[in-house]
Amino acid sequence: MSFWQRHAIFEKNSIVLIIGILVVIAIGGLVEIVPLFYLKNTIEKVDGVRPYSPLELAGRNIYVREGCYLCHSQMIRPLRDEVERYGHYSLAVESMYDRPFQWGSKRTGPDLARVGGKYSDSWHRDHLRDPRSVVPGSVMPNYSFLENTDLDYQHIAADLKVQALLGVPYSPAMIENATKDVVTQATVDSADAADLAKRYPKVLARDFDGNPDRISEADALIAYLQLLGTQVDFKLYDDKANIR
Amino acid sequence: MSQEQDHQDHKEIDAVTGTATTGHDWDGIRELNTPLPRWWLWTFYACIVWAVGYWVVYPAWPLLTNSTQGLTAWHARSAVVADLEELKVQRGPMMAKLSSASVAEIVADPQLADFARAVGRPAFGDNCAPCHGAGGGGGKGYPNLNDDDWLWGGKLDAIEQTIRHGARSGDKDDHEGNMPAFGRDGILKAKEISAVADHVRSLSGLATEKGEDLALGKKVFADNCALCHGPEGKGNRELGAPNLTDKIWLYGSDKATIMQGVQNGRGGVMPAWQGRLSEPTIKALTVYVYSFGGGEK
Amino acid sequence: MANAPAPQKTMTLGEGGLALTMGGLALLTIVIAAKAYTSEYAFHAYLFSAASIAAVFAIINRYYSRPAEKPPLFIDGKPNYNMGPVKFSTVAAMIWGIAGFTVGLIIALQLAFPALNLDLPWTSFGRMRPLHTSAVIFAFGGNVLIATSFYVVQRTSRARLAGDLAPWFVVLGYNFFILIAGTGYLLGITQGKEYAEPEWYSDLWLTIVWVTYLLVFLATLWRRTEPHIYVANWFYLAFIVTIAVLHLGNNAAVPVSIFSPKSYIVWSGVQDAMVQWWYGHNAVGFFLTAGFLAIMYYFIPKRADRPVYSYRLSIIHFWSLIFLYIWAGPHHLHYTALPDWAQTLGMTFSIMLWMPSWGGMINGIMTLSGAWDKLRTDPVLRMMVVSVAFYGMSTFEGPMMSVKIVNSLSHYTDWTIGHVHSGALGWVGYISFGAIYCLVPWLWNKPLYSLKLVNWHFWLSTIGIVFYITAMWVSGILQGLMWRAYTDLGFLEYSFVETVEAMHPFYIIRALGGLLFLSGALLMAWNLWKTVNTAESAAPAGLALAPAE
Ligand code: HEC
Ligand code: HEC
Ligand code: HEC
Ligand code: HEM
Ligand code: HEM
Ligand SMILES: [Ca+2]
Ligand SMILES: [Ca+2]
Ligand SMILES: [Cu+2]
Repeated sequence: MSFWQRHAIFEKNSIVLIIGILVVIAIGGLVEIVPLFYLKNTIEKVDGVRPYSPLELAGRNIYVREGCYLCHSQMIRPLRDEVERYGHYSLAVESMYDRPFQWGSKRTGPDLARVGGKYSDSWHRDHLRDPRSVVPGSVMPNYSFLENTDLDYQHIAADLKVQALLGVPYSPAMIENATKDVVTQATVDSADAADLAKRYPKVLARDFDGNPDRISEADALIAYLQLLGTQVDFKLYDDKANIR
Repeated sequence: MSQEQDHQDHKEIDAVTGTATTGHDWDGIRELNTPLPRWWLWTFYACIVWAVGYWVVYPAWPLLTNSTQGLTAWHARSAVVADLEELKVQRGPMMAKLSSASVAEIVADPQLADFARAVGRPAFGDNCAPCHGAGGGGGKGYPNLNDDDWLWGGKLDAIEQTIRHGARSGDKDDHEGNMPAFGRDGILKAKEISAVADHVRSLSGLATEKGEDLALGKKVFADNCALCHGPEGKGNRELGAPNLTDKIWLYGSDKATIMQGVQNGRGGVMPAWQGRLSEPTIKALTVYVYSFGGGEK
Repeated sequence: MANAPAPQKTMTLGEGGLALTMGGLALLTIVIAAKAYTSEYAFHAYLFSAASIAAVFAIINRYYSRPAEKPPLFIDGKPNYNMGPVKFSTVAAMIWGIAGFTVGLIIALQLAFPALNLDLPWTSFGRMRPLHTSAVIFAFGGNVLIATSFYVVQRTSRARLAGDLAPWFVVLGYNFFILIAGTGYLLGITQGKEYAEPEWYSDLWLTIVWVTYLLVFLATLWRRTEPHIYVANWFYLAFIVTIAVLHLGNNAAVPVSIFSPKSYIVWSGVQDAMVQWWYGHNAVGFFLTAGFLAIMYYFIPKRADRPVYSYRLSIIHFWSLIFLYIWAGPHHLHYTALPDWAQTLGMTFSIMLWMPSWGGMINGIMTLSGAWDKLRTDPVLRMMVVSVAFYGMSTFEGPMMSVKIVNSLSHYTDWTIGHVHSGALGWVGYISFGAIYCLVPWLWNKPLYSLKLVNWHFWLSTIGIVFYITAMWVSGILQGLMWRAYTDLGFLEYSFVETVEAMHPFYIIRALGGLLFLSGALLMAWNLWKTVNTAESAAPAGLALAPAE
């Protein structure tokens, strides 16, 4: 039988053909994906990265919902222009609690991996309401509806619970206090702020959207934006570690 | 399968190409048994050889505790450190000077000042222009940096201080002090707010509303506002309280905007850049902003 | 038929079972709608209940109007093909295609003129863009794939499509999935993973539909009266099986509650990124490539009336293509926080993928040897051949963009968008148009209304594609170069927003290209409408969706 005639076995039997296909497509995926779970250097050992507070998580879900990732990356590449423009290149550890990851694949707008602290809350409010009022050349859509929509956070504890199930270190106390923590974080000088900060170190608690009377979707989104890229202290980071 | 045998025995020759077919026919479609094009096969082999070579040289295959490192052990993360070093060399001695000189010394050295402005321009575009506008022209709530009206001072040191630590930024050395929310916090009544707003407009010669109680406005101002804005409304740079007698407005001169400010208070946030931007960049930005034209001696 | 006594009519297990299941689903979804956390989700639950109730009625109705015995597999020794579902999917493809291109044009215009976002949540770019990608890939492309695969597997197996209700379940269920996915995006229901945006409940539904699709396809192969499985069917099978695997792997998620549309993916961060682009790249490799290669392998030899160029090339390029494709995902993650070793694998396997891809191109184009003259007279064939040329071009460009140095420039820019659309408009678009231009006359048994209009379609859209991809090449490379431009002194030359402003003219040219492409597709729809409706024929007017038994 010639080499070419041996192929007849696949052409005559659909089950053999399917098994052949499955075997062939399994290899690459397994070799590339499985080691990312057991190789210890995949995620750097760096301090400071904590799970999202309930308000930040709600904000992140709005970021996902509005499809911001279709214009904004959250992944600074180790290339000199990017490091100079956006700051230290992103580490894997910085997105370890991201479900889903939001690294993006297109930069119609700038990278947001380190936008936290770069602007004031009120700038974000102005910018989300009407980007061209602050940046005339922008092509970003207006998101004025966010500040006019109440944040829906009544089920946020369930979100934390599911994430805990998936391995995110949310403690029972965090889950129990989730709704209360949303209010605390969006309130100026709340009495519970210290409590919140114990659960979520360095959390920013204040009114983010310029309207202290209401917890809006803009409150949550801005709380999330202000957190981005601020968790790892790069003054202490050793650039020679975690080369992989 | 006998039918199969049949096909094998009766391979036709395609008349146009002279190539044998495989003998099958599906809905009228037949297949030629053309051999693999040589150039195609050899290019395929070449790609494979290239890939294998690449694996030998670069990190490639995952093992049990790490991946193969390849002959070069090249990594993007070490490469970028080297690239940035190279940039330092390209930037040359001027950069070293920029790092060591004070802002005053930079401005005094025309060549170094030019260099600093070249550094400052792109940094301003990505970090400051979103608030202060592309040319530093400002916008509602974001001060114009071109004029000689300064909230916190227009001398080199003052500008550097503001850029480093910001205003109400939460940095420990920032400029602090908000204007209170007189209306919201119940300090002033609506009538008083309306009156004081007209009084403020009158300070810079703007028209006031007919029938407004200007005397009340003047009194409210003296009791509540003069503390920060000064008895004549000329402002106070210690507190970042703007001069209310000139034609330059941070938020706007219309009565509604002024009333809104008195009602809810004011306190624009300028972020702190120390730590986020490099030391030479901050100095360069100071010189760049200073040279917009409003810099004070 | 007339002389035999009618046998007792009984409901089949399939009919009864499906009707019951659908009834159950209706009840379940009504409960969910009542307790849903959000009104958007309630809306979807009601859509599910409405559709399931409609399905129950349709099944019962069909039972009463159908003949007692099953349709025969052969009539007078000829296979009794089941072309109803094929017709439905063909029409659906045309409608979704036009919708998807229109949304593409809208988002192209939004990037040039942001006021077109209209300040509304539902019409903003971030929600419309997934609508576009899903409408063109899954709604347009998916229906083309289902229609052609059901057609091709029957014809090349000389067997009637397996299943009675199952093929209808596949086409209707699939289009219902599209409806849920698409309305979901506009309402803000998304999983936030590119090309896998639908949430958990749509994913579950699609899983059921897809497994049925696989079974129908396989069972039809089992019925075949040809000893060998034709090469097009290898590709269809690889496409169906692999998409199932990818779909399950990338959508592994836990819903917050059965009453919530929201779920969280089980992977996170860097692992999620790898799984996502393992999926994303192979959605390209198996949905947009393997599936459409299957179309090429049937429609080009058929239309050109020439044998496939090389059986041996078919074998080698089939196996090497599917083996190598799977590895290439990390080229979407070059220079990210994914470890370097994985990036190396992604890059090298992409390079090795070049020739297996071109194997398909060679087999497609060289099938015309001896029939080149037909390109002058047959614009349909010309469209398909140009499609294969675009396939060749984008599978050269792709490996090139996988090289890390090139990718460091092209990634995040419009260059990727240009690459996508040379593959999407040129390859996927043209091979689909060609196949539909063939299918409609065959299915409705009427001659094509106007070849001249096809010619117009061809030229309009070709100019459109050229506008689109050249504009994106220029803007992409310009953008990449501006981002990394340094002044002589060694400092970044441009701020980000200056690069945004520089894109404006190219966004307008791109939109113009999209308009031309859309106009071509509208001409096509008109042409097909006339084909079905005005030819002298006894068949009833209208795009009859009844099975053509
Ligand atoms: C159509 C594309 C597009 C979408 C969608 C979009 N943006 Fe933007 N975004 C831009 C562009 C362009 C800029 C740069 C100009 C500017 O600052 O407005 C930008 C700038 C920004 C900035 C300032 C970044 C910086 O460092 O200067 C932030 C923050 C931001 N966007 C957040 C968001 C959020 C949050 C969303 C989703 C709710 C979003 N964007 C959706 C295009 C977009
Ligand atoms: C989030 C918006 C924002 C950004 C970004 C920003 N600024 Fe400011 N800046 C402000 C605001 C608001 C003020 C006025 C603070 C106040 O009201 O007291 C200000 C004040 C200043 C002042 C003092 C003006 C005066 O009249 O005293 C200088 C100088 C200045 N900014 C320079 C910069 C430079 C340089 C950068 C970039 C590195 C920058 N700013 C970035 C918002 C911003
Ligand atoms: C505790 C200090 C303080 C007091 C008291 C105060 N202000 Fe102010 N005022 C400020 C500061 C600081 C700003 C600038 C805020 C900023 O930069 O965002 C300001 C800004 C203003 C502005 C905006 C100027 C512009 O250019 O748009 C007006 C108008 C104003 N104040 C009026 C008043 C009036 C009227 C009162 C009394 C009812 C008053 N202020 C009391 C500190 C004060
Ligand atoms: C009228 C025709 C079309 C127009 C005007 C158009 C326009 C667009 C635009 C403006 C984008 C967004 C680009 C960005 O974010 O910068 C886009 C993305 C995309 N389109 Fe189209 N499109 C068209 C047809 C198609 C077709 C036929 C397909 C596929 C078969 C397709 C597949 C895609 C994909 C996959 C993306 C996402 C690309 C990425 O994320 O890299 N498009 N399109
Ligand atoms: C050998 C074949 C191919 C290779 C190696 C390849 C490679 C690539 C690369 C390197 C990118 C850019 C990734 C990035 O920088 O973000 C890309 C993007 C893309 N390609 Fe290809 N390509 C190939 C063929 C095709 C074909 C035939 C199509 C379409 C029909 C296609 C559709 C896409 C799409 C949709 C994207 C955008 C993904 C995203 O959203 O980021 N590719 N491809
Ligand atoms: Ca993309
Ligand atoms: Ca608020
Ligand atoms: Cu890819």
